[in-house]
Amino acid sequence: MIEEKRIVLRNADNIDPEDIKDYLQAGGYRGLEKARSMRTIDLIEEVKKSGLRGRGGAAFNCGLKWSFVPPNRGATFVVCNLDEGEPGTYKDRTIVQKDPQTLLEGMAICAHAINSKQGYIYCRGEYPYVVELLNRAIGQAKEAGVLGDFDIEVRMGAGAYVCGEETALIESLEGHRGEPRFKPPFPGVEGLWGQPTVVNNVETFANLPEIVLNGGEWYAAIGAPNYTGTKVLTLTGDVKNRIFIEVPTTTTLREVVFGFGGGIKDDKKFKAVQVGGTSGGFIPEHLLDTQIDADSMRSIGATLGTGAVFVMDETRDIVDIVTRIAKFFEHESCGKCNPCREGTYRAYEIMKKINQGQAVAQDIDNLTVLGRVMEKACLCGLGQAAPSPTLTTLQHFYPEYQARLRAQ
Amino acid sequence: MTNSIGELEKDAKCIFVIGSNTTENHPVIGMKIKKNVLYNGAKLIVADPRRIDLASIADVYMPHLPGSDVALFNAMMNVIISEGLADENFIAEHTEGYEAMAEVVKKYTPEYAEPITGVPAEKIRQAARIYAESDAAAICYAMGITQHRNGTDNVKSACNLAMLTGNIGRPGTGVDPLRGQNNVQGACDMGGLPTVFTAYQAVTNDAAREKFEKAWGVPLPGHAGTVLTEVINKAHHGDVRALYVLGENPMMSDPDLEHVEEALEKIDFVVVQDIFMSETARFADVVLPGASFAEKDGTFSNTERRVQRVRKAVSPPGQARSDWEIICDLATRMGYPMSYANSEEIFEELRTLTPSYAGMTYQRMEGGGLQWPCPTEVHPGTPFLHKDGNFSRGLGAFTAIDHIDPGEMPDQEYPIRLSTGRSLYHYHTGTMTRRASALNEHVPAAELEINAGQAAEMGIKDGELVKISTRRGSLKMKAKVTDKIARGVAFTTFHFTETPANVLTSAEFLDPVAKIPEYKVSAARIDKLSAEEMTG
Amino acid sequence: MITLTINGREVQTPRGSTILEACQRNGISIPTLCYDPDLRLAGSCRMCVVEVKGRPLYAASCVTPAESNMIIETDSEGIVAARKVILELLAARHHFNCQVCEKNANCTFQDYCYQYGIKESRYEYGHGAIYEITDPNPFLERDYNKCIMCTRCVRACEEITVARAINVKNRGHEAKISTAFDGNLADSPCVFCGQCVMVCPTGALTSRVSAGMGRSYEVDKVLTTCTYCGTGCTFELNVKDDRVVGVTSDRTIVGSPVNKGALCVKGRFGWDFIHANDRLTTPLIKENGEFREASWDEALDLVAQRLGEIKTEHGPDSMAMFTSARVTNEENYLAQKFTRAVLGTNNVDHCARL
Repeated sequence: MIEEKRIVLRNADNIDPEDIKDYLQAGGYRGLEKARSMRTIDLIEEVKKSGLRGRGGAAFNCGLKWSFVPPNRGATFVVCNLDEGEPGTYKDRTIVQKDPQTLLEGMAICAHAINSKQGYIYCRGEYPYVVELLNRAIGQAKEAGVLGDFDIEVRMGAGAYVCGEETALIESLEGHRGEPRFKPPFPGVEGLWGQPTVVNNVETFANLPEIVLNGGEWYAAIGAPNYTGTKVLTLTGDVKNRIFIEVPTTTTLREVVFGFGGGIKDDKKFKAVQVGGTSGGFIPEHLLDTQIDADSMRSIGATLGTGAVFVMDETRDIVDIVTRIAKFFEHESCGKCNPCREGTYRAYEIMKKINQGQAVAQDIDNLTVLGRVMEKACLCGLGQAAPSPTLTTLQHFYPEYQARLRAQ
Repeated sequence: MTNSIGELEKDAKCIFVIGSNTTENHPVIGMKIKKNVLYNGAKLIVADPRRIDLASIADVYMPHLPGSDVALFNAMMNVIISEGLADENFIAEHTEGYEAMAEVVKKYTPEYAEPITGVPAEKIRQAARIYAESDAAAICYAMGITQHRNGTDNVKSACNLAMLTGNIGRPGTGVDPLRGQNNVQGACDMGGLPTVFTAYQAVTNDAAREKFEKAWGVPLPGHAGTVLTEVINKAHHGDVRALYVLGENPMMSDPDLEHVEEALEKIDFVVVQDIFMSETARFADVVLPGASFAEKDGTFSNTERRVQRVRKAVSPPGQARSDWEIICDLATRMGYPMSYANSEEIFEELRTLTPSYAGMTYQRMEGGGLQWPCPTEVHPGTPFLHKDGNFSRGLGAFTAIDHIDPGEMPDQEYPIRLSTGRSLYHYHTGTMTRRASALNEHVPAAELEINAGQAAEMGIKDGELVKISTRRGSLKMKAKVTDKIARGVAFTTFHFTETPANVLTSAEFLDPVAKIPEYKVSAARIDKLSAEEMTG
Repeated sequence: MITLTINGREVQTPRGSTILEACQRNGISIPTLCYDPDLRLAGSCRMCVVEVKGRPLYAASCVTPAESNMIIETDSEGIVAARKVILELLAARHHFNCQVCEKNANCTFQDYCYQYGIKESRYEYGHGAIYEITDPNPFLERDYNKCIMCTRCVRACEEITVARAINVKNRGHEAKISTAFDGNLADSPCVFCGQCVMVCPTGALTSRVSAGMGRSYEVDKVLTTCTYCGTGCTFELNVKDDRVVGVTSDRTIVGSPVNKGALCVKGRFGWDFIHANDRLTTPLIKENGEFREASWDEALDLVAQRLGEIKTEHGPDSMAMFTSARVTNEENYLAQKFTRAVLGTNNVDHCARL
């Protein structure tokens, strides 16, 4: 049985999150101290060497992202994405609640790498208590003088799912409608207020103090070679243990669901697991031996995404669940690009029709064609990922759809 | 304009708008200014008694009292000189008359100007610094500067300010009058003035006159003629016996309409050539139907000296004819044959006599028009004048100017300074826009803008009918109670024949040089009407 | 210049251009709805998507930089299918009444539906939001049932006119163009310049002044200079049966050097005075205080005779001519020539002062 490996959660329940002294005692801010003794170019190199990839969903190489920030372009910004809007995900909140200083230290390390004086934490609107906690943590860090001339402000979102997308998040931070921007230019070159900006997820930042302290090679040796390190997962749905865990990325889904999760509740049979959040693909039993690293997940049409693990037992109605998901995307589409604004709306209409037993085979064809276009043609990740539950369930659970069709 | 419209969109780093409600009267120029300010970071200074749209995005807004422009300019220059912000190299190399100007300006400290202008001294300082410290600053003005008894002084003050800071002769700098009529520039360029032939060649200049005599084959008078406003006065005295009015409407546009009416009635023979039976045409002995801009070919010259084509799109209605055809026919009947196949032939003739237009042809104008001076057919035209500070007259001349009060200062009987002008939705005397269905539906009547605080004291509500009176006459119109106009000032438009604002204005105080009437300041009073009067 | 391959053909384009620009330079047409060369890019309609070899997603060509050695397909099966789906999605919400639509035959959306053979939409499952046409202004009609949410109007309002009167309200399928609090345009910062009408690719925004007066294919467009203020904006008079039925913008720098297509409310919507019922159509002579119609010969002979008499009797300086800032240079030239050479006086002036 594989065991948890705690890096970002190393201090969880071992220290008092409200007291920076505890954090310092546990070795906190030594990573930052070391980072500040390094040349920025070496620091970025070290992070690259670690192989750390973004923990927000897109899984982009962290050091590489930082290296895109051009020098001498005026002010730069470090932005932490704590929008955590995926239903079933609570890992970022957990990390911050258990150990807020590790996030601040991670952001300060990034700030040193890109020569930034200002950081922002964009916090999910539903987490007002986290905002308070963070503000207290920032206050303590300032008082202790550990952040130096790097300042961090917490800003609250207003409940738009799309603001988890980094450019929509930036628009929102600037006070505009939360709508994604086209890329390029990437935020690293032209982000907040048009200035170079690094946007990373909480978990990504929280990995950094240990990476700097122990070296990139140390980290690279953990987990899968192409997606190194650990991943924090949150288990929800019909699983015995609804818990959060941090495991090496070599862990398989079966180990997650049946090992850490303890298997299906009430000893029912497993039907499917959706990984990564609402937009994640549905994974059937025969693919459960896949590793959770992002590339392996992608290879089976799924996403690691934010690490939400939603388990469904044999009694679950796939078509009904996908209909609800379609409704979610119809509601959360920002309305900017055509295929998403119109596509999520029509996809929901078709799913409703199927769910109500009114659909014919042509409707499923229409839905499939629509999904395939959305995946490739939408402006941002929301629209591109929205069809994933539909398309993966049509692939793995087609009989359930077929059974719903109207007799012709 | 010394410079080009396009420069206000990108090259100007600071724009000083004074006496121009640009977004209403030159909307497309207003758009360019806003774009420069909001998206390119240009600074904006606005001076206007009304808090016009541009004021809302201005770095400094100065609500100066009508008729206090010279004091405001002088105070800004006082700050610039005393704080060492003047461009001494430019002054030394390209100008003359600095000492005398500086001497006059000395007493115009911002504190001295504050009670005259109504603008806090600190704002004047801010404005002066922003203007002077900018790399390229442009001054835009319109009738708010010129329609004063000292309009010429106002314009010269603007020139003083520009020269003092070397803001002339480079892209984005300059002194830019925004001209109010589509072809007012062209009418001037073409010698539609009593003192000059085309391209400002003086009628009193023998060589110039000989040139035109030779070209036109007749002897020409060598003494200057009479300006429009004085023609009306002369008519009063029986010295003008015949008047030919081509597409003008003095019975709406001229000051003191009662005075104009009497004059027109005294003239023996009045010909009016127009597209509508205008207020003036009613006084004519003969009315000749002309063609609108859509019904003829030719050229217009815009405010940035760009000559562009006008093209015939439709036929004139009924027997109406192009104005040039009518003039030719009449001249021929009077024994001076004029015959042209088309407007291009006229242009070909006029460019041989007009140095600044000499290089222009209809063919060349196809590519977006040409800006004068354009002396030869290979000359590309001139986007901005006085390049590198080389003035056409040699050295740029500073003028020492003192503030004078408007002709009519407010007093107990007439305590308000009334200003007149245009609105976005109408144009000049309304001859066209009152007949443009959508415009007239949207804004069917004039309003009198009154300061909100003052209206409250008088018990006047927004939309209430009030009486506005001057020593010349009075009108009833709806009050528009607003905080966008300074206390002690009122404003209305002169578009509406039902409420012809020029019954209120004065023909008494003309600028001594330009003979412009003081439309921007008439001492006036506003009276609340009794319930009876309101319905009646 | 960089070299890349588009549809199997090696082409060149300046460094820094987008894929769309590279295509346009090389005569390859790409459909666009939200793209407007004078406006900030949106990249939102996704009609201009192309396939870039090695990239998993389709690239919106209007916002994707062209890179050296890129291999691009602009009309692959997948791309055509994507465009069809996008058009069908828009068609499912668009209110087609082309037979009476002002934009008929001048509608980008209609053109693409034709080009891609969109006879019906697979996605017309239910109707979209139905919007009432309620804005009471006399200038422009807003019909959101035809809106395809390209946001060109929003960007034109923001960037050309800088009025910032409209923006997108609501989210997802409920998104619509709106003034603040969805009020009437007249109560917003709107200045009715009609720049939104100019850039709208469908019949969602049209001129009320021109409504019903002529189809785009029935009118001739005559480029000319505006008759109002001194800015010197140029525009096209739309002419049908010898009548002006509308004003449109020529947006090229050659056709519109001053305003690049931008106009104000008077220029775009204030032209119907040209055909006002009370235009003067015949010379008039006043007799006993009343005007009567006259022929040109009679009227001009009378004028010639009277001016001649007065000149003889009172001298040339007893006469004056008010020429006009309204008429052409050629006419002003002749007016002063007439005054000086025929009347023999310099008493010529115009309203420059007024």
